[in-house]
Amino acid sequence: MSKDIRIKKGLNINLVGAAEQTTSKAVLSNVYALNLDDFHGITPKMLVKQGEEVKAGEPLFYNKNKEEMHFVSPVSGELVEIVRGARRRILTLKILADKNQEYVQNKVPDMDTADALAIKSFLLQCGGWPFIKQRPFDVIADPDVTPKAIFVSGYTTAPLAADVNYVLKDKEQELQMAITALGKLTPGKIHVTIGKSGRSPFSDLNGIELHEISGPHPAGLVGTQINRIDPVNKGEVVWTISPQDLVMLGELLLTGKFNAERTIALAGSIIKSPKYYTTKIGAEISTFLYASGVNEDRFRLINGDVLTGRKTNTEGYLGFYNNTVTAIPEGDDYEFFGWNKPVFNKISTTRALTFSWLQPKKKYDLNTNTNGEHRAFVVTGQYEEVFPLDIYPMQLLKACMVKDLDEMEQLGLYEVAPEDFALTEFICISKQPHQQIIREGLDLLQKELG
Amino acid sequence: MGLKEKLHTFRVKNQDKKWFPVFSGFHTFLFTPNETTHNGTHIKGADDLKRTMNTVVMSLVPCLIFGMFNTGYQHYLALGEIEPVANGFFSAGFWTMDNFLLGLWKVLPLVIVSYGVGLAIEFLFCVIKKHEIEEGYLVTGMLVPLIVPVDLPLWMLAVAVAFGVVIGKEVFGGTGMNILNPALTIRAFLFFAYPTWMSGDKVWVHGAVDTAGTADAISGETVLGFLAQGRTAEMGYSLSDMFLGFIPGSIGETSTLLILLGGLFLVFSKIASWRIMLSAVIGALAMGLIFNGIVEAGWIPEYSKFYTLMSFEYWQHLLVGGLAFGIVFMATDPVTGSQTNQGKWIYGFLIGFLSVMIRVFNPGYPEGVFLAILLMNVFAPTIDHYVVRGNIKKRMKRLKTATIYPKPSDEVDALKTETA
Repeated sequence: MSKDIRIKKGLNINLVGAAEQTTSKAVLSNVYALNLDDFHGITPKMLVKQGEEVKAGEPLFYNKNKEEMHFVSPVSGELVEIVRGARRRILTLKILADKNQEYVQNKVPDMDTADALAIKSFLLQCGGWPFIKQRPFDVIADPDVTPKAIFVSGYTTAPLAADVNYVLKDKEQELQMAITALGKLTPGKIHVTIGKSGRSPFSDLNGIELHEISGPHPAGLVGTQINRIDPVNKGEVVWTISPQDLVMLGELLLTGKFNAERTIALAGSIIKSPKYYTTKIGAEISTFLYASGVNEDRFRLINGDVLTGRKTNTEGYLGFYNNTVTAIPEGDDYEFFGWNKPVFNKISTTRALTFSWLQPKKKYDLNTNTNGEHRAFVVTGQYEEVFPLDIYPMQLLKACMVKDLDEMEQLGLYEVAPEDFALTEFICISKQPHQQIIREGLDLLQKELG
Repeated sequence: MGLKEKLHTFRVKNQDKKWFPVFSGFHTFLFTPNETTHNGTHIKGADDLKRTMNTVVMSLVPCLIFGMFNTGYQHYLALGEIEPVANGFFSAGFWTMDNFLLGLWKVLPLVIVSYGVGLAIEFLFCVIKKHEIEEGYLVTGMLVPLIVPVDLPLWMLAVAVAFGVVIGKEVFGGTGMNILNPALTIRAFLFFAYPTWMSGDKVWVHGAVDTAGTADAISGETVLGFLAQGRTAEMGYSLSDMFLGFIPGSIGETSTLLILLGGLFLVFSKIASWRIMLSAVIGALAMGLIFNGIVEAGWIPEYSKFYTLMSFEYWQHLLVGGLAFGIVFMATDPVTGSQTNQGKWIYGFLIGFLSVMIRVFNPGYPEGVFLAILLMNVFAPTIDHYVVRGNIKKRMKRLKTATIYPKPSDEVDALKTETA
């Protein structure tokens, strides 16, 4: 039977504009793009030249450090532009989609007889591998290392994020396929954590260790679940994969085709009718954004949720890993005596004339204002209230800031990803960039000791 | 064009000026800035450091106002012009205009000097270091006038504030980086540089210093002073006087009632740590009980100079001197205190414990709170170190059962060593 996990520390951020559970088909996008920032730490080597035609699922580039690891095109069409930045670093690949989509037909390994090596090389070859991420370092998994366990979070607690149970409806077959395949890649377990309420498509799958979790955000983050179930020690590796990416892997293993289609939530107070859309990885956001309508001309468009997403704009493209697009008001305005007057329309964990504690269920319309300036760390004990991991958050952040490798290691940097520090960043009185600090710490640790 | 737009244009135009941090400091007081998030979280919580500091300042205001009234009251009482009040906290004889005006006249200059000198130095350092003005001094500047005797000469205060801000804070890197509580550093400087102005029976009531040695001489002995000299019989303050604050002492620290209310507000608003406050009270009570026990056991003779303070009822220690004020407003400073939740229990307990101990064993200057807190400020990082070590040890223990699978490259290396 499933095991229960209860999270007490945390904070639910209730925002206006949650996506209604109806799905429309987004208009077909003309151009699809892969943003290389999505693949942290990967140095791309192009396999296709500008102007050449590719099929959906055909490799566009490979990982310089691991040549077998291919990154494939989400659609068939012409590679029209390779956008480069400083020192000719590739930023974005744009593909002009064909009217008739053609797919690469890969030869699927037989699941009954295939061994780990066969499955690995299939996923690496056909573009499924980048969906698998690893801890430590929160990067695309190293295929040479055997993970001690694989973690999947089947529970959503992030503000306005796509509801896992809804987007995975009727995908049991794909999920089971992917679980069976991944099960061959680890001698350990595949831990799947679901919420208490609602029917999860994971409930009846075989080959998984099922956990039920309850509590506020970040209960739905896989990092919280790893910490409770089987924390990462120095030298150990675990893999994580999001449920929707699991579906893609499943379909790839069932049909041999890389189908980049996914259901995403379009949410946020700016959106007139927030709801779900089916579209493809890399699609132009405008293809579904304006179908739902926007309330204002100026707003913040986010690839992902409001805590961990990436800033984009109306000419942007859906990210590789994202299943949520959020639009919230910009907050670039001054507020008269904003620092001392009573606050009713913002969220706070204190009660210093802030009154969000009176209505924990109220939905707020937050904007992007920082509500104050960047300061040194002053207040203590507040991060701990929203940080359920068995880690000292402020001490770890400070260790990363001063680049103390020993401390970073000892205080548990191997166990965390930047997203685990999103809540502490949200409530931070000193407005420190926690996720960036952790990211830089992870990069440093990987470079020096990884 | 409104004020908001005018200031915005001015701000944008003068961004590269040397004095910009000072302008920005004032501007951000009027308006929260128009800054937006970039990457990381796109939304932010409502609190900033200004709000936090402002909450502490607000909780200090009742103590300040009470201190003003008490200054006048103690002065006129010592002169024999008014009768002691006996009708509880709202006694009409205490809340008079005369009392308030005298207090205002004496206390306001202290507040102005404290803020003026301190903020000027802060601004100077911000301009030199080109960083934003941080709000740490808002609380320090308010604390300082509340923990000094009313007749302290202003120039002494100015010198002490300059010392405390530069040596106690700026040399470490400013707000958030200091090791010692700046307000207490200022008080410690005053105490060791000008001991006659910080202790004895003359400084606590306005006028006592000027009239000393004349026929009109008035005395202003504190409760602790009486106790330390074994003159309890002459004291004449009731328990309710001590609790409500109708006693001589530093300006803002006499009213235990208002300190208690301020403390409850800080705990409720989640700005100050209840762990430190509670454990400090427990620590003080524990030490008091130990001393009471020693007296009861008859280990200490009645003629001993420690006898009176040791036999002082253990819980009454919290009502006199600066203990309550120190526990609520000084020990809870997050920068200089313990930063881990477990550490806060130890840190607070030792503050209470040591305060009463120093108080009893140092009859020459019978107040130990500021020394105890400064001492624990120094030890706070050590306490945290051991608390964090505990977490690290747990992680190390887990490491023993780690499941680490070898990389294929490792296997090749192993084969090489075997065949070699």
